[in-house]
Amino acid sequence: MPENYEPKIVAFFCNWCTYLAADLAGTSRMKYAPNARVVRVMCSGRVDPQFVLAAFAHGADGVLIGGCHPGDCHYQEGNCKALRRYLMLKRVLKDVGIEEERFRLEWISAAEGDRVRAVMNDMAAKLRALGPRRVVRGTDRPAEVAA
Amino acid sequence: MTSGKPRVAFYWCASCGGCEVTVLDLEEKLLDVAAAVDIVFWPAVLDFKKADIEAMADRSLTAAFVNGSVRTSEQEEMALLMRRKAQLLFAFGSCAQLGGVHGLANLSGKEALFQTAYWDAVRPRTISRADGFLLDLPDFFDRVRAIGQVVEVDYYIPGCPPTSKIVGQALEALLAGKLPERGTVLAPDHALCDECPRKETKPEKLTIKQFRRPHQTPVDDKECLLAQGLLCLGAATRAGCEALCVRANMPCNGCFGPTSRVSDFGAKALSGIASLAAGENADEVDRVLADIADPTGLLYRYSLPASLLRG
Repeated sequence: MPENYEPKIVAFFCNWCTYLAADLAGTSRMKYAPNARVVRVMCSGRVDPQFVLAAFAHGADGVLIGGCHPGDCHYQEGNCKALRRYLMLKRVLKDVGIEEERFRLEWISAAEGDRVRAVMNDMAAKLRALGPRRVVRGTDRPAEVAA
Repeated sequence: MTSGKPRVAFYWCASCGGCEVTVLDLEEKLLDVAAAVDIVFWPAVLDFKKADIEAMADRSLTAAFVNGSVRTSEQEEMALLMRRKAQLLFAFGSCAQLGGVHGLANLSGKEALFQTAYWDAVRPRTISRADGFLLDLPDFFDRVRAIGQVVEVDYYIPGCPPTSKIVGQALEALLAGKLPERGTVLAPDHALCDECPRKETKPEKLTIKQFRRPHQTPVDDKECLLAQGLLCLGAATRAGCEALCVRANMPCNGCFGPTSRVSDFGAKALSGIASLAAGENADEVDRVLADIADPTGLLYRYSLPASLLRG
C-alpha cells in the first residue's frame, strides 16, 4: 500500500435529508474525514446503478449513498427503490471482486449531522484498512491501434 | 476478382457459429447477395486461406463482417488483419458487439479457467507433443474482449444470433450506400417492450413478490412475462428481434444489448428489475431477491466484457 494512502469516496446524498445533514455537520463545525466527494442528487432513488459502476470504473475506492429514513422520502418511495437496487447491486459487485465495505447505503435525516460524521469516519477508516482497490482478475492490455 | 462489385469478407473469432448460420438463413436472398458482391473470404463456408487475404491490398475489401469476441492471440491477429484490409468493419452479433456469453469468463482468472476446463491436457500457448508432432496453440488472453475493444468498429449488428432480417437490412444498406453514421448499432433504438405483442398487458404499477424461472411455473402465453414474475429483460434491451423469445413464451435475456442512451446494460437492467421487488425493508427485499440465483450471470449474460467494470 502506498504511504499516506487516503481512499477516495464518491458520496451521493439526497437533497432533502442527507445533504442537509452534511450541511448541518458543516455549520456545526464538526470535524470528519475529508475523503468523500459529495454529489447532491434530488433523491437516493435517482442514483442509477450506472453511476455507482462509473464511480468505481473511474477509480473510486468506495461509494456511499445517503437517503431519507424509510417512510420519510420526499417522493414517497424513492429511498425504497434505492434500497432494492443497492441489495441486488451488492451481489453483482461481489462477483466482480469489489469488497462489501466499498459500497454502502445509509439513511441519514436532515437533523443527523453527527451521523454524517460517524459514517464518513467509519467508512474512511474501513477503506483505509482495506487499501487501494485492486484489479482482481488479469491485467488490462493496452488497446492495439489498427494499422 | 475484378468484377467491380463490392468485395465482402466474413470471419469468426471466439463464437459458436450461430452468426454464420444466420447469414445462411437469408435463404434465397443469399443468392441475391452473392450476385451483388464478391465474397472473397469466409472460412466457415468457403475454402479461402489466411494467405489469400494477406495478399490483398489494404482497404481493398468494401466490408468485413466479424463475429465472435477476442479470446486468443490468433483472434486478435485476425481482427487486426480484417481491420487493415477492410474499409468498413461490422461487429456482427453479441459477442463481437459486447463480448458475449463466454465473456462471463472474465469473472474468473485465466489460471482458474484452465484448472477447470483443461487440467493437465492440451493448454494454450504451451508446446504440446501430440502423435510425435509439436503443437503450438495461440496465446490465451487474461480477458475476453469485444471486437471494438481490439480494433475500431464501423457498425454493430446486435443479437445472439442476429436475425436474418437485421442482417438483410444491413447488407441492403451497405449495397445501396445508405449506411447511417459510423459507430451505429444497426437495429431500432428503442426498448423491446415497444414492439412486444404483450405490451398492453403490462400493469401500470408492478410489484413482484416472487421471481420465478420458466421451468418452475406454468407460463401464461398472453400476459406480460414480467407481471408473471419471470425475469424478462425486454425493458432494458434494444428492439429489432420482434420479440422472438417472448413469442415462444420465453423471457427476453437481452441478447440485442442496450439502446444508445445506456452505458452499462447490466446496471440498467438491474435498476429496472430490482426496483420491482416487493418489500419495504432490507430483510423483506433480500428474501424476494434471493430467488434470483445468479444476478451477474443474468444481467451480464452477453455484455460483461463491454460493461463499465469489464469483469
